[in-house]
Amino acid sequence: MGGYGDVQMIDEKGLRMDGRKPSECRPIEIETGVVPVADGSARVRWGLNDVIAAVYGPMEAHPRKIQRQDRAVLDVRYNMAPFSTTDRIRPGFNRRSREISKVTAEALESVVLLELYPRSKIRVEIEVLCAEAGTRCAGITAASAALAHAGIPMTDLVVSVASGKVNGVVVCDLNKEEDNYGEADLPMGILPNSGELVFLQMDGDLSQEDFKIAWDYNMEAASHIHEIMARALKGGDA
Amino acid sequence: MRGRRVAGPIDMTRGRGAGGPHGSRESVLVAPGDDLGDSKELEPGHGVIVVDGRLKAVKQGRMMKDGKNVGIQPRRTAYVPRPSDLVIGFVEGMTNNIWFIDIGAPFNAILPLSLGPSKASFGGLRSVLDVGDAILCRIQEVEENHSSVATMKGMGLRKLKTGSVESVDPHLLGRVIGSKGANLSELKEKTDTRIIVADNARVWIDGDVAGIISARAELGAMMMKAKISEYGGDV
Repeated sequence: MGGYGDVQMIDEKGLRMDGRKPSECRPIEIETGVVPVADGSARVRWGLNDVIAAVYGPMEAHPRKIQRQDRAVLDVRYNMAPFSTTDRIRPGFNRRSREISKVTAEALESVVLLELYPRSKIRVEIEVLCAEAGTRCAGITAASAALAHAGIPMTDLVVSVASGKVNGVVVCDLNKEEDNYGEADLPMGILPNSGELVFLQMDGDLSQEDFKIAWDYNMEAASHIHEIMARALKGGDA
Repeated sequence: MRGRRVAGPIDMTRGRGAGGPHGSRESVLVAPGDDLGDSKELEPGHGVIVVDGRLKAVKQGRMMKDGKNVGIQPRRTAYVPRPSDLVIGFVEGMTNNIWFIDIGAPFNAILPLSLGPSKASFGGLRSVLDVGDAILCRIQEVEENHSSVATMKGMGLRKLKTGSVESVDPHLLGRVIGSKGANLSELKEKTDTRIIVADNARVWIDGDVAGIISARAELGAMMMKAKISEYGGDV
């Protein structure tokens, strides 16, 4: 898979269009308690991405047919605001947002202690206010911080980050141009304390060597993001 | 699938030494997944689980170490009802013989006709307790699936017809009450009001309007102070 080979996104010094080294992440800020009416909330600003996640519950699951007698259900909704991209997005759910909601719920279900809340529902709303590639990673990271902020018991936080391949070079945390014209994209959801994976997708092709480099970049970035997230949770709003 | 561990060990140097939290009572702020020590030396308390012989935090909050016991005082938490809790609830709905009461927990409690006010009769529940009414009741029973049964049979349990009901953070309830009720007594005296602090983190304040307003303001300031002192002025 060649991608758009004529679009040069790595210069002769090996730097990317925005001046980052291949292993470098975009700047990240995480803030908790941004939605006062929610039980827990977090905002992630990641490059130009701006994502808010709000958590409500645990609450009684309605309609009753979705209740599970032995555990809670995690109801995740990922949505992009109509103004979040240059092309207006039609409001409401589409195939992409359903897919991302589903993979996010599955990633979070592996850490949330759902069995403590039988017949309940925990609602997680992820709203993308500004999108610049990597919104699913920003969404998962924000949702994880919001769940922790809401006091929902979790065995670990989930940090999500993507690496990819651009002009034959593996790079960490793709920006919009790299995502659009690059050759591959590898988003991963990582549990920073155990190093376990709870989510992995791959778009495009990566050789075994490239996959290993992308993996290492993601692990390193996850460590960095986890530090920021832990700092936000320990020192954010009260 | 497992990669390498990417998070650093928890910084316990805020205690008395870099070797970890020694001494009888010490505390550190933790996030879910933080490693809290070896399960051979320590015992897990609230908000702590054991994974592969290590204690792990499952909640965000303040780690409290009391002797060998390590627990977490969560920063935010939902009220979970327990039998004999005194709670302030709001009537949310009713059938012919059951009221549904919002007690601030994930699930509504039920108040059967037999445990409600004695003047209620089958089919006439609305005339005694209507939707939106506040009541002071007690949790009689909590089932394993989180359903709870409330009762109004008991001394002082009644419909709250006057005053104002405020909500506070459940984990900061102790701060409102104070040691042996000191803070609460001071608040009552200062504002000349009647105050009931329920276990579900709802506070009933009754008195004249000026008293209620000043008690609400005092309560708000008290909560803010509790948060600041707990988390180092980051409110």
